[in-house]
Amino acid sequence: MSSDTYHAPAPPPDVPVLEARGLTKHFPVKGLRSHAVVHAVDGVDVSLRSGQVVALVGESGSGKSTIARLLARLYTQTSGEILLHGEPVTAHRGRAFRRYCRRVQMIFQDPFGSLNPVHTIRYTLTRSLRIHQPKLRGQALEDALEALLNRVQLQPERYVDKYPHELSGGQRQRVAIARALAADPEVLLADEPISMLDVSIRIGILNLLKDLRDRLGIAILYITHDIASARYFADETRVMYAGRIVEHGESELVTQEPAHPYTQLLVRSAPDPENLAAQDRTGANGEPPSMVRPPEGCRFSPRCPFATDLCRSTVPALVPVGDGRKVACWGYVEASDVEPAERDLLPVLGAARVGVSA
Amino acid sequence: MTVTDLSPVGASTGTSRPVLEIRDLHVAYGYGPEPVRALRGVNLTLHEGEVLGIAGESGCGKSTLVYAATRLLPPPGLITGGEVLFHGGVGSTGGEPVDILRMSDKELRRSRWQDTAIVFQGAMNSLNPVYRVGKQLTDAIAAHRPGMSRTDRNDRAAELLSMVGIAKDRISAYPHQLSGGMRQRVMIAMALALEPKVLIMDEPTTALDVVMQRQIVEQIIELRDRLGFSVVFITHDVSLLIEVADRIAIMYAGEIVEQASASDVYRRPRHPYTHGLLNSFPPLHGPKRPLVGIPGSPPDLQALPTGCPFRPRCAHVMDACADVHPALGPTSLGLPGVGEPGRSVACLLHDGHGEVPAELRV
Repeated sequence: MSSDTYHAPAPPPDVPVLEARGLTKHFPVKGLRSHAVVHAVDGVDVSLRSGQVVALVGESGSGKSTIARLLARLYTQTSGEILLHGEPVTAHRGRAFRRYCRRVQMIFQDPFGSLNPVHTIRYTLTRSLRIHQPKLRGQALEDALEALLNRVQLQPERYVDKYPHELSGGQRQRVAIARALAADPEVLLADEPISMLDVSIRIGILNLLKDLRDRLGIAILYITHDIASARYFADETRVMYAGRIVEHGESELVTQEPAHPYTQLLVRSAPDPENLAAQDRTGANGEPPSMVRPPEGCRFSPRCPFATDLCRSTVPALVPVGDGRKVACWGYVEASDVEPAERDLLPVLGAARVGVSA
Repeated sequence: MTVTDLSPVGASTGTSRPVLEIRDLHVAYGYGPEPVRALRGVNLTLHEGEVLGIAGESGCGKSTLVYAATRLLPPPGLITGGEVLFHGGVGSTGGEPVDILRMSDKELRRSRWQDTAIVFQGAMNSLNPVYRVGKQLTDAIAAHRPGMSRTDRNDRAAELLSMVGIAKDRISAYPHQLSGGMRQRVMIAMALALEPKVLIMDEPTTALDVVMQRQIVEQIIELRDRLGFSVVFITHDVSLLIEVADRIAIMYAGEIVEQASASDVYRRPRHPYTHGLLNSFPPLHGPKRPLVGIPGSPPDLQALPTGCPFRPRCAHVMDACADVHPALGPTSLGLPGVGEPGRSVACLLHDGHGEVPAELRV
């Protein structure tokens, strides 16, 4: 933590680069004598390993972006801890914070708002390079600038003296990625990096991030509401609902055989031109709960067709269901693992239950 | 029940009479010597009871097209040519179509919302935050049905709300008390208040998440089946269009480059741009395959290349593409001289300038 170089020693493979345990963030609600809080994120665990992409999928308001901002230390958490290479991180300002920033960088959703319109690309990137690598001067700086632009597949001579307004959305997002890479980070937090881009160039940005993951071994947290892009891009997918993680596992497994009733609803709702004939009306109804007074038990219980009194009163823990997958649903809890009084209250998922817990 | 089975009332009985015909529509932004030519000769026909999808990237002219066709184009937008014929509108006599672009202000005011209603992009901002939704719903009714009493109007507003799946007691709610999905439903209810013949939806689900998007889309399809209006559905999400639309028009740089039935567009794209667009969406089901998207960036309408506007990004570019501007015409596949029925494409590959590549002749 205290070293001044930005190249961290190679971490042992079993320790995640960045890890969050029991991350919780409550925002106070404004108003006189108001003690209410918005339960934006509640007890979330995330671990990012180098060379791996973890997707965080959920609808708007589920707390995905809050997690990214907590991990970037732009917010301080209400409780829980963040570990960088196994060491707790407490910095949120000053020198220690800047040292942390060097290793954990963030890309924002809006490439139109995240680049200063009055500066050229050269200025923006040079600043980032000079802040994170103060010893760079002259030709070395120029070379580093060129290398950065090449890394994000923009021809340096063509783009270096342009202003942001002269670039398209995709090119701007590439510059934003280059700016993050100037710090030579170990972790990249990408908050909806493609949702504001034109459809034809989104895949290009995802492929670029994929390439960075493979070549530089960066750990990437990919935040999205599009579960199909998580399947395409991420190694592991975590599904969030109303501030909690309801399911996580290997992307292919989570998207092809969703276990949690919410993930099933999400996958069923996504347009699927391949399979028009099999597309039933989903019967989707209801909407996400109020985050100021969230439901007491499982937060999906008001919309869940299988919910019982147990679901409505007690929060289910993440239980393993095989193949490294975990699901937070009472329907996957074995009857032998609960109090005898609760056994009759376990929901029966029937055909919706997938996988067999090992 | 499949979504494709929900064929329109008109199409299933074989009487596909046109409701709205757009002919050779030209729109430019800016009055100076070099205006941005946002639409260049668009032809489009909407039939009775049909869901017509318009897809394309941002800036390709999708929204400009419908705003021009309804004369809602804000300055400096200028309609520089063409006509928009509406069949059987309030002002029409003896079955003759009327040209919306030539209506007087009075006629236009009568026709708007009655003939064509619009659900605007961004449900969050389309409602007035200082009025209750019930008041906003009854306003349009009061303006067009002066004879209706206040109680009748309120009853109608409540009926409209329940039609889109909102409890009647929410009629006195303010927009901020409703969620994004509910606000979008209120917008749809408002658009249906006068039972229009044509409903235009400009990216109605873009600001919503997938579960809500599915609910809204199912609602629209159900209402279409029950009330029999025609829908123009604008979105950049082609995979969603394939589910909801009967026919799809793909736009690029202010022109329609391909037009065909929804399943033809998806299974048998004929234009390289359509093919690229379909390859830009990672599939949720089916085999996982590497995707490339479309190289380059969306066109700058002020500096369009000569010939085909898609030329700089096209994988099948030929010498002729730089000189000849392709016109929307029949495909070179199918019957000679006629092409495939019900579809047209604007690409030189189909004008006999070259061999149609394998992936575009499936």
